[in-house]
Amino acid sequence: MSNNQARAEALPIYISNVTKTYGKVFALDDVSLDVKQGEFLTLLGPSGSGKTTLLMVLAGFTRPDHGSLKFGDREVIRTPPHKRDVGMVFQNYALFPHMNVAANVGFPLKLRNVPAAELAERVEAALETVQLGGYGQRGIDQLSGGQKQRVALARAIVFEPRILLMDEPLSALDKKLREHMQIELRHLHDKLGMTTVYVTHDQREALTMSDRIAVINHGKLMQLDEPRTIYDFPANTFVADFIGESTFVPVSVSGGKVSYDGATLKTATQPDGATKYNLMMRPERLSFVSGRKPKDVNVFKGTVSELVFQGESFLMYADLSDGTQVAVRGATQKDAMAIVPEVGKPVSLGLHKDDTVLIPDAGDMPA
Amino acid sequence: MSVAESLQAPVGARAEEAPNAAGLKSDAVKERMQLLGLCSPALLLVAVTMVLPVIWLFYLSFLSDEGTFSLEHYQRLTASKAYARIFYTTFQVSVLTTLVCVAIGYPLAYFLAQLPRRAAALCMITVLLPFWTSLLVRTYAWLVLLQRKGLVNTWAIELGLWDEPIKIVHNLNGTLIGMVHIMLPFLVLPVYASMKAIDTDYVKAAANLGASPIQAFWKVFFPLSLPGLFAGALIVFVLCLGFFVTPAVLGGGRVIMVAMSITDTIELFFNWGAASALGVVLLVMTLGSLFAASKLLNLDRILGGGGGGH
Repeated sequence: MSNNQARAEALPIYISNVTKTYGKVFALDDVSLDVKQGEFLTLLGPSGSGKTTLLMVLAGFTRPDHGSLKFGDREVIRTPPHKRDVGMVFQNYALFPHMNVAANVGFPLKLRNVPAAELAERVEAALETVQLGGYGQRGIDQLSGGQKQRVALARAIVFEPRILLMDEPLSALDKKLREHMQIELRHLHDKLGMTTVYVTHDQREALTMSDRIAVINHGKLMQLDEPRTIYDFPANTFVADFIGESTFVPVSVSGGKVSYDGATLKTATQPDGATKYNLMMRPERLSFVSGRKPKDVNVFKGTVSELVFQGESFLMYADLSDGTQVAVRGATQKDAMAIVPEVGKPVSLGLHKDDTVLIPDAGDMPA
Repeated sequence: MSVAESLQAPVGARAEEAPNAAGLKSDAVKERMQLLGLCSPALLLVAVTMVLPVIWLFYLSFLSDEGTFSLEHYQRLTASKAYARIFYTTFQVSVLTTLVCVAIGYPLAYFLAQLPRRAAALCMITVLLPFWTSLLVRTYAWLVLLQRKGLVNTWAIELGLWDEPIKIVHNLNGTLIGMVHIMLPFLVLPVYASMKAIDTDYVKAAANLGASPIQAFWKVFFPLSLPGLFAGALIVFVLCLGFFVTPAVLGGGRVIMVAMSITDTIELFFNWGAASALGVVLLVMTLGSLFAASKLLNLDRILGGGGGGH
């Protein structure tokens, strides 16, 4: 199989009803989700959410209590890790310290009895793919963090697996390099076309890289959607709170009308039955309203309580009349800053009708 | 490069304008002196109990019976075949003990390293327990077990394993059994520690890349545990070289090692010079093996870092 020079077709992954308990705690609680052929899917969640457990189930290192896992048509839930034929990049890279770069990358090929000449060729090709051509004879401890990351990636793709798993591979890198590698990993995925499952707790990373994001919390799948949908239309309070910054304002609903502080709000969607809702406000979707009220904009009045300069943007906190504190993010151009009121001054905040998101209050409001 | 730059920087020229430079420097010196002061009792102890006696030992070994400088003791060592045999036996027993310890100790350490922490701690106590019993007691216990009418022979005959009592003690076998038993913890502890330090992700990564459990062990786990194995084997080997009690009791006079020969030279012949010469040769040989081992280990590290996996 690995002698086949033609690129192997990526495989879809079908996860159904996978459950894993540790004592009485559910690490995975009846998780079902499909990863499409060639898709870049990110498992996103806070630490302890079960996202890594799910990845370990995919790799074969964690044995679930029950459930089914298919790579294409093949049921693999009982297949040992070394027969699954998936590439994996570990969080700490797990490069073998007693082997040099070439031996590390050549390891999976050697196990597959690839002839020496072809092996050397493929190792060099894989290293070139990750822009480390000619680094074969380096020792592992001579590499920087970013280089180790690339070697780990080369080792995971050199045997042309049809599925690639990554466990927070960028978490040990500094911010600049991490952002650079996010783009590079995404380009590499587009080039190689492997079905990729990526685990991270960094929402920005997930939004940047993914075709789709699966948000996981307490071992349950909270939402599975494209990045824009996840961000703009979170399905529940957890997703709304976990992805991006947001403030929740409790609103009352009666007869299909949404009202706050006695005024009826213009909303993008109509509430569908539940009685209690929260209006989600993203700091960057709020604007300052001065003078005449624009059309299709809801206006909230409050008092500025704090102003924080953060370099590329500023963050203003304002207390609404009912005591709810909302955050507003603004650009720091001089003219934009000029209209920002001082602390203690009244302020009018506008939220466009299309930017309103109503989330049913299931009693799981974040503290 | 940065060091060179800082050396070129005109430190002296700026000293006057540098505030508190003199005070900070004297603080650093004071701190170093305090540390030295803390070490001094230990340093003194080592000097008095180790360095001085060794110098004395060297001095004695070059002293003739008449009290003049001579090489006669060393000449006797090289002239007599008996001494060559004693050194041969010493190395033979040490090498065999080390090999058997590795053969038994490595799998034992591997087993312990796989256990959950609590169970491993419990099992480790059983490994260490003999450690806390007197060496002499353990040696005589083996004598009781292994002798002609001992437990091992009686049981084996009753079970029909062999018909006649066989000689398991007062020879090389008995010596090896006793020494392996005593040396085993010295091997198991460093090997266990080095195995525990191996990140389980390495083995997982090997499996993920297609290695069966056996392949993952030999290609990844075993090479990574080698430093601990070498360290343990070296400790056992060096300790064996100077061993006295166990070969003396279980060897039955047939297994003569250097340490026993030194005792005889002093107790029977009262020849301090000859005994010192034996001691010096043993010391030099031990240091020689340590040096050779360190060279070998370093070489291995260089090979492992540069061209490993081939």
